[in-house]
Amino acid sequence: MIPAEFDYVAPETLDEAIRALADGGEDAKLLAGGHSLLPLMKLRLAAPALLVDLRRVPDLAGVRANGDIRIGAMTTHSALVRANAGLASVAAATIADQQVRNRGTIGGSLAHGDPASDLPAVVLAAEGTIVARGPGGEREIAAAEFFRDYLETTLAPDEIITEIRMPGTEGWSFGYEKFNRRREDWAMVAVCALVRIESGACADARIGLTHMGSTPLRATAAEAALRGQPLEAGAIAAAAEQAAEGTSPPADLNASADYKRHLARVLCRRALERAAG
Amino acid sequence: MAPVRVSLDVNGTTYEREVEPRLLLVHFLRDHLGLTGTHVGCDTSNCGACTVHLNGEAVKSCTVLAVQADGAQVTTIEGLGGPGDALHPVQEAFWEHHGLQCGYCTPGMIMAAADLLARNSDPSEAEVREALAGNLCRCTGYHNIVKAVMAAAKATGRAEAAPPPPPGDPTVPVTGVGA
Ligand SMILES: Cc1cc2nc3c(=O)[nH]c(=O)nc-3n(C[C@H](O)[C@H](O)[C@H](O)COP(=O)(O)OP(=O)(O)OC[C@H]3O[C@@H](n4cnc5c(N)ncnc54)[C@H](O)[C@@H]3O)c2cc1C
Ligand code: FES
Ligand code: FES
Repeated sequence: MIPAEFDYVAPETLDEAIRALADGGEDAKLLAGGHSLLPLMKLRLAAPALLVDLRRVPDLAGVRANGDIRIGAMTTHSALVRANAGLASVAAATIADQQVRNRGTIGGSLAHGDPASDLPAVVLAAEGTIVARGPGGEREIAAAEFFRDYLETTLAPDEIITEIRMPGTEGWSFGYEKFNRRREDWAMVAVCALVRIESGACADARIGLTHMGSTPLRATAAEAALRGQPLEAGAIAAAAEQAAEGTSPPADLNASADYKRHLARVLCRRALERAAG
Repeated sequence: MAPVRVSLDVNGTTYEREVEPRLLLVHFLRDHLGLTGTHVGCDTSNCGACTVHLNGEAVKSCTVLAVQADGAQVTTIEGLGGPGDALHPVQEAFWEHHGLQCGYCTPGMIMAAADLLARNSDPSEAEVREALAGNLCRCTGYHNIVKAVMAAAKATGRAEAAPPPPPGDPTVPVTGVGA
């Protein structure tokens, strides 16, 4: 399988990349790790006329955890795993296999907007933000405002994600539970849970759902049910029962909508149990 | 569409070529350089037969453009061993422990395993299986592959842990004298 023809540039600065993208118009696409875009191009489901490769743009890769967590857009999944930055690193370690993790990036993963990918729900649950630069300058988009629909985000076509920011995890514990049958498969469902525990009770809970809708989602009913409760088995199980509340997950070859709701409840319980220690 | 000039270091030799941007790294290696040890199995980033090292990291070369590897160092199965016909410890162990049957997956398996041992010289069996999760084999059932990788780790570990030769050994070159 060979992609359709296209032109290729690899600019050396962010400003040049923004210009190349703007000049290329709607037929231009950014290229990061290429592990979502190239498979689509090989299947001819995408045929951009110009690829603007970010690989030579400096300062886009790296993880800084200094109070808050800042992850450069071109940070590969394997670099994020090595950085050991809590929930995001644990979730990144479950992405496909070592070879895929060595190429795929967090910026590409968020921009692609696939609700079955692991990192979007993590950034959403952590109440992170996405920093993007375009011809008009820089803006910081809350994750809750970022994911619009299946493979659709609120990023403008000429904007480049430069960094992902997440609040520091001090005082929070977390759990990540993903269900799939082979390492190369995306999650049938995955659940991430962040819990702030104060004197044995849940002071705050943030729960993210992967592949339970056309975008990543928060399990708001389960979060509300857990807040203020003691973090013990009964309260966790009762909250997890509400994990699929208000969702209409897409059925596919692997799982019916009902089965996905079931998975969300079970995985939510396990993620909360893990977070509770 | 405009061809792009690339320069790649493949197995220690620098190659400069004009390529179409859509040329995949695996086709550059096989069709342009004649390095047919790297295989194409699935062409969809699932099977790992096309695994090579790009700047020291295992990647699936069916999902990398040749232009993305401009300026990079690439190692293929042909370049993994030492000088001459010397085999890499993982190659040696696949031979010794019958880690292959038809051999189609083998170059990719060996490149993925060598990548693991470069990161982790003493992996558990679970870590070996995890590191090879992106490589499919339709013949062996994986058992002897895992055995071979564990054996290669032990062999490399022994070589590294070998005690230094005693002082005064005439085969050890003396350096720094009088410095
Ligand atoms: C076999 C296989 C299995 C996989 N399994 C999983 C899995 O289980 N879970 C999972 O989460 N992912 C999975 N992935 C996807 C992988 O994580 C991708 O690498 C990732 O989703 C996209 O990152 P990328 O850097 O490869 O992006 P690319 O493919 O380069 O780009 C993807 C999209 O994002 C845009 N883009 C890229 N960078 C930026 C930027 N900085 N700013 C704005 N737009 C940008 C591109 O224009 C393109 O539209 C899998 C991929 C493969 C091949
Ligand atoms: S040919 Fe590249 S992963 Fe199968
Ligand atoms: S030995 Fe035949 S596919 Fe692995």
